[in-house]
Amino acid sequence: MGPDRIGADWQPSARELERRGVRRRQRVRSTSISAGLVVLVLVAVALVVSGSPGWPRVRETFFSWQDAKAVFPAIRDGFWINVKLFMICEVAILVLGLAVALARTARSPWLAPLRVAAVVYTDLFRGIPTILLILMLGFGVPALQLQGLPTDPLAWAGVALVLSYGAYVAEVFRAGIDSIHPSQVSSAVALGLSRPQALRFVVVPQATRRVVPPLLNDFVSLQKDTALVSVVGVFDAVFAARDYGLYNFNYTPFVVVACFFIVLTVPLARFTDWLGRRWMERERAGQL
Amino acid sequence: MTALLKVSGVRKTYGERVVLADIDLEVEPHDVICLIGSSGSGKSTLLRCLDLLEDVDDGVIEFEGREVSDPRIDKRAVQRRIGMVFQAYNLFPHLTVLDNVTLAPRRAHGVPRAEAEREAQALLARFGLADHASKHPDRLSGGQQQRVALVRALATRPALLLLDEITAALDPELVGDVLTVVRELAREGTTMVLATHEMTFAREVATRVCFLDDGRILESGPPDQLFTNPREERTRQFLRRVLP
Repeated sequence: MGPDRIGADWQPSARELERRGVRRRQRVRSTSISAGLVVLVLVAVALVVSGSPGWPRVRETFFSWQDAKAVFPAIRDGFWINVKLFMICEVAILVLGLAVALARTARSPWLAPLRVAAVVYTDLFRGIPTILLILMLGFGVPALQLQGLPTDPLAWAGVALVLSYGAYVAEVFRAGIDSIHPSQVSSAVALGLSRPQALRFVVVPQATRRVVPPLLNDFVSLQKDTALVSVVGVFDAVFAARDYGLYNFNYTPFVVVACFFIVLTVPLARFTDWLGRRWMERERAGQL
Repeated sequence: MTALLKVSGVRKTYGERVVLADIDLEVEPHDVICLIGSSGSGKSTLLRCLDLLEDVDDGVIEFEGREVSDPRIDKRAVQRRIGMVFQAYNLFPHLTVLDNVTLAPRRAHGVPRAEAEREAQALLARFGLADHASKHPDRLSGGQQQRVALVRALATRPALLLLDEITAALDPELVGDVLTVVRELAREGTTMVLATHEMTFAREVATRVCFLDDGRILESGPPDQLFTNPREERTRQFLRRVLP
């Protein structure tokens, strides 16, 4: 009996080998079905699209290789602005959103004004269309010519994005915090932690994990909405594409910009999937 | 009589760790099998394998005369015939007690709502839970929650009931309530396999007791024999530690 503990001298039985064969065949079968179906659908779609009467004109206007090549450098340079804007705003939004969510959950009477401010902030900024906010801040504030404030429309467009998305993200965080069972706070308090400590070390870490998918959703949305800065005259990827498109009567640049945005968002989605899976594996190892 | 459940040579590993090895077990209708042994000896894993919540790595499990460890089998059909109660109750907190109990009959067995609710009410009443049908599980005490979990498992009239240390999370005062229910089920002839730390209870209700040690059934027999005159030294050690 003994040596089997480490599994060294164990040999799978004939039945188990047969079972493994069945499982392998089931796997192969489902993989080939899915692969076959995907190829079939893609071919069908390609045939239908390329066979339709308007296709040559569509290809010329939206998928012209020369135009794509010609506009590429301008879009790439413009897109760098979108990426920078997104990176800076994302960090600011996370901080602001979490701060507002925490302010809303605060219990102390001394913090009541903060709580009210947080409620008013979310109600207000979730209600204003983002493009309106960008126009207001991007054109309006530099026009005030106040001393010490930046006059760059890009900076103010960034502030508008942070304010707008901060309100959304705050609500996402609040939902996450509310979803943590009160017994978690009780056990933290029972260990002698203060309420803020309980939030900091017990509730917020768990809440954050739960809200990663909706947060990602908001950030993909933010990545796309960085395109809105073009309305205040910032020469970003969309502005560059529009510039070229209107001059040459060709819409290929828009497709190129779309590809840029897709390439940016997909890795983020895969990264979050991977992160979520890792957390799950670590915390629920073979349990319940 | 043919065995309801027949386990032979079952093995289960998590990575390098062997958690079950060479498990043989036969359960006849109306048997009450008690699995005893220290934490980590594989009791829960065995029950999870029996309910097909885990795939075994070797060996054969037969239930109602069919091999259910075959990957081609419809697991749900088997699970519909087996009831399981967990240590941590695992009630659905977003449903009322009544909805917890009627969920499986209505959705997995296609019982009409009115009939499912009538039967659920009757079962709840039998176990002293009639007043709690419209409450949500978090409003109940641990003992009440565990009794609801038992009712939930019974509502589908399973051929076999698996109980995984169902009193381990309860305080001693409430343990009695739950054990009374199990005792009654045993008297009615419900076929059960249960992992437990309640030795006195095991001795009273079991038709057979299995002592698990390090993933193996080291010894099994009728409770009187196993508790008074165990064959293995390891069993003796364990019983000395846990018996009052």
